[in-house]
Amino acid sequence: MDILVKIKKAGLVGRGGASFPVADKWKAVKKAKGAKKYVVCNASEGEPGVAKDSYILENFPEKVIGGIKIAIDFLKAKKAYIYINHNYHKKFSKNLIKIIDKAPIEFFIKPIESGYIGGEESSMLNAIEGKRIEPRLRPPFPQTSGLWGCPTLINNVETFYNVSLVALNQYKKERFYTISGDCLWTGVFLFPDNWTIEKILKETKNYPRFPFFVQVGGEASGEVLGSRQLRQPVSGAGSITVYSMMKHKPENLIKSWLDFFLNESCGKCTPCREGVYRLREMMDLPNPDWQLFSELLTNLEEIAFCGLGIVVPVPIKSYLNNVLVKMPASKINLRKLDKKTICECFR
Amino acid sequence: MKKIEIKINGKKINCLPGRTIMEVARENGIFIPGLCHHPDFPIKGNCRICVVEIKGGKKLSLACKKAVAEGMEIWTDTERVKKSRNLNIELIFAEHIEKCPTCIWNVHCGLLDLAERYKIEIKRFPDRKGKRKIYKFANAVEIDGTQCIDCRNCLDACSLLQNINYLELKGKGIDQEIVPTKDKKIDCIYCGQCAVHCPVGAAQEQSQWEMVERALKNKNKVVVAQFAPSIRVSIGEEFNLAYGEILTGQIVSGLKELGFNYIFDVSFGADVTTMVEAEELLKRIKTSPHPPLIRGGGREERLPMITSCCPAWVKYVEFYHPELIPNLTTARSPHVHLGGIVKTYWADKMNINPKDIVVVSVMPCTAKKFEATRPELKVKGFFPVDYVLTTRELAWLLKKNRINFPKLKPTKADDILGEYSGAGVIYGGSGGVMESALRTAQFLACGKNKRKICPTRLDFKEVRGLDGVKETIVPVAGKKLRVAVVNGIGNIEPVIANLNKYDYIEVMACPGGCIGGGGQPIPTTDEIRKKRTAALYKLDKSKKIRKAHENKGVLEVLKWLEGQGKLEHKVLHTSYRKRS
Repeated sequence: MDILVKIKKAGLVGRGGASFPVADKWKAVKKAKGAKKYVVCNASEGEPGVAKDSYILENFPEKVIGGIKIAIDFLKAKKAYIYINHNYHKKFSKNLIKIIDKAPIEFFIKPIESGYIGGEESSMLNAIEGKRIEPRLRPPFPQTSGLWGCPTLINNVETFYNVSLVALNQYKKERFYTISGDCLWTGVFLFPDNWTIEKILKETKNYPRFPFFVQVGGEASGEVLGSRQLRQPVSGAGSITVYSMMKHKPENLIKSWLDFFLNESCGKCTPCREGVYRLREMMDLPNPDWQLFSELLTNLEEIAFCGLGIVVPVPIKSYLNNVLVKMPASKINLRKLDKKTICECFR
Repeated sequence: MKKIEIKINGKKINCLPGRTIMEVARENGIFIPGLCHHPDFPIKGNCRICVVEIKGGKKLSLACKKAVAEGMEIWTDTERVKKSRNLNIELIFAEHIEKCPTCIWNVHCGLLDLAERYKIEIKRFPDRKGKRKIYKFANAVEIDGTQCIDCRNCLDACSLLQNINYLELKGKGIDQEIVPTKDKKIDCIYCGQCAVHCPVGAAQEQSQWEMVERALKNKNKVVVAQFAPSIRVSIGEEFNLAYGEILTGQIVSGLKELGFNYIFDVSFGADVTTMVEAEELLKRIKTSPHPPLIRGGGREERLPMITSCCPAWVKYVEFYHPELIPNLTTARSPHVHLGGIVKTYWADKMNINPKDIVVVSVMPCTAKKFEATRPELKVKGFFPVDYVLTTRELAWLLKKNRINFPKLKPTKADDILGEYSGAGVIYGGSGGVMESALRTAQFLACGKNKRKICPTRLDFKEVRGLDGVKETIVPVAGKKLRVAVVNGIGNIEPVIANLNKYDYIEVMACPGGCIGGGGQPIPTTDEIRKKRTAALYKLDKSKKIRKAHENKGVLEVLKWLEGQGKLEHKVLHTSYRKRS
C-alpha cells in the first residue's frame, strides 16, 4: 500500500504541537511544482517542559531516520536536514551519523542564540538559509515555497518516528508524554494518544495529593488546566507539567511567562515586540490597568505575526480563567486583580 | 483579466483579482493606515496597523498582504479593528520620542496624522527609547534611534534597493536597533534612500536650515540661493499639489520671500557641466587607443568615461572602486560649477567681495551636503557652496514662515545666471546627463568641420525611463559610442564587471535619478518618479533652447573664465581620492 494512504488511514497528525494532518502536508509537498524538494526534520525542541524528541532520538534513532528516508523517497527530495539543537547534536549525532550512512541527510545545528523563535518552522528555514532568524510571511507556505523557494516538507522528530511505525504496520496510536514539575516520577512515557491527563498522571503515580493545577503542551505556550479539568487528552506537544498551588504565586507565574516571551520575541511585529514589553512592564505597577492588559493579550491573539506570538495569551488567560478565578477571593492576591475583572476582561 | 466584485464597508467595488486589500481600498478613496510597507519593497507585515475584518474570517487580516477575492466583504473600521489598530499605533508611538518643535516633519507627520484621525492618545505608554543613539553619516544623513519604530524600511532601502548593506539590524526583540555595520569594507555613500523611505523621520538628512536662517538674518552677507532642476517638479507634493506639477517660478518667489538676495537656477550650472563634460568626452575619444584602455594609462586614454555629478556615486567609486577614479569625468557637478561661478565671475561683475557671499543650494539630495564640504572644491580659498538644503528642508522653511507657496506669483530667476536650456533641466532624471552631453558632444564634434553632414539629435529616448540599466549606441565624432545609463546604484556592479562594453556611462545612485533623490518629498515611489520625470521632459520640450551650447550666458561665463588663467581649471574641474 502506498505510504500516503497508510499515513492517512492511521490518522497521523503532526507532533510538533500544531497537530496538522500529516497526510495533507505530504500530499501538498508532493503536488507542489519544483525541480528540487527538501525534507526538514525539526529536532530543535525549544519548548520548555517538552523532552520527548530527545528521548526518541536516544532510544529510537533508526525509526526517526527511517521516517526521513521514507519522506525523501516519497518526494524524490534532493536532501534532508535534521535541524537539531546544540545539546542534542552533541549527545546523539555520532549514533545518528552511523544510521544515516550514505543517505542524503545532513545536520543543521540550530544557532544557539536563535532561541525559541528558532524552532518556529519558517524561522528555521531562514536559519538554514543563513538569514536573520525570524518568521516569514505566509502564504507562501513551506509546502510550496520553503528552503530556497523549493517545496519543503517539515515534520517533527516524533512525526517521522510515527511514519516509520506506520510503514512497518506497527503504529498503535500512541504518543510520548513528558511529565515534569512538582511530581516524583518525571520523565518521558509512552501511552495511547487518547488517554486523559488524569489517567496518565495516575498511571505514572504522579497524581498529586496536594492542591494543584497543570499546564499541558509546554511550560511556555501550553494551556493551564485546573485539577477538575483533567478528563481530556493532552493537546499540542505531549507534555504535562504539574504545579503545586502552594509553591506558585500568581504574580511570579505570570511574570515568568512574560519574562520568557519578552526574552524570546524576535522583534519583528508590533504586538509581540512592544505588546509583551508593555505587559511585563505593567506587572510591576502597583495598580495595573487590567483592561489594557487584556487588550494587549487579545491583540497578540488577533494579529501577532507568527504562531509563537499568537500563543502568548494562552498560559496567562487559561491560568486566570481555569485556576485563579476559582480560588477564594481573599487568596487571589495579584496586583488588585479581582474575580469580577477576570470575568469581565479575560473571558 | 476578469474583474471581481468585493465590498468594502458595504460599498460594492469592482477590481482585478490578486491585488491587495490595501491597494484596492486606496484606489477607491478608502483610507487604511500603514507604516511599514513601501511599494519599492516586498511586503513585510511588521507594523500591524493595517488590520481589517473580513466576513467569515476567524481573525483580523492585514490589508497590506491579503489579496482580494470574489465576494469578499471587508470592514475597515469595526470595533474589533479599531481596538487592534489603535493599540498598535499607541505601542508604536511609545517607540518614537517626539521632537516635534524642531522636526521638519511636524507639518505633515504620518504619526501625528494618525493620532489626529483616530483620536489616539500618543502618550498612553511611556517612551522606551530615550537612551538610543543617533548615528550620523558624515554631515549628510542620520539615523535617530530614539525615533525609530522598527519598520525596517531603511534596511530594505540600503540592502534590497541600493545593495550597499551599510545598515544592519542588531539585537532582537525590544533590543533590536538599526546600526551602521562594523565591516570596514562597507561604507555609507550618503544617498539618503534610508531617509526617503522612513515613515517617521528617524532616518533623515542632517538639517542645515537653522544655519541658513542665521545667514539670512546677517545683514552683512549677500545670501544667494540656487535650486536644482529636479526640485521644481517635486516640491509641490509637500503642499498637496499634484505629482509632477512644475513650480519653477513659485520656488523663485518663495526663496525671495524667505529673504534670499539673489536666486539662481542650477540648470544653468548643468549647462556648464554639459559643456565641460562633452569636451572631455571628445578629448578622450580622440586620445584613447583602439581598443580603449579600461584600466591603466593616462586619464585621457581611458574609456569608458563615467559621469561624476552624483556625489553618492563618486563616494562609491572612491571607496569601492578607486581603480575607476581616472574614468570619472573631472567636470564638477552643476551646483558646484554654479557656486564657483557665483563667487568669481558674478562677484566680479557685481563688485561684491566673495567672502560676503553665502551660497545655499536647494537639492533633492543628501549626499550633496557631503559633496559641498570636499576641500578640493575650494576656489580662491572659498567653498563654492556653503549650505545645502534638501527639497524637504526648503518646504519646511516655507511652511514655518507661513508662506502660501502654491499661491505665490511666479517670478523669474536672476540674470545672467538664470537662463538655462532644456538640457539643463533634464539633469534631474536618470539619463538626463547623458542625453544633454550627447546633444552637445555631437555638435561640438563637428563644429569645426562645417562641410560634413553631422548626425545631431535632440531626443535620446532610449536612455530615459526607470529601467535599471539602459544601453544604446550613438554616433559621435565618427565613432559608434556605446553608452549605458545606470539608474540606481543597486544596478552598478554588473556594469562595472563589463566595462569594456561601454565608452560612456552615466550613473545615478538613486532610482529615477535626482527626482528620486534622498532629499525629495515623501513618499517617493515608482508611480511618483514617473510623474516627476515626465514633468522634466515636458519642460525640456517647452524650452526654446534645448542644448547647453546654445545657452549664451554659459558661453559668456566660459569665455570669461578662459581669460582667468589657473582659475578656469579651478572652477570647472575637480579631483578624487581613494577612501577605502
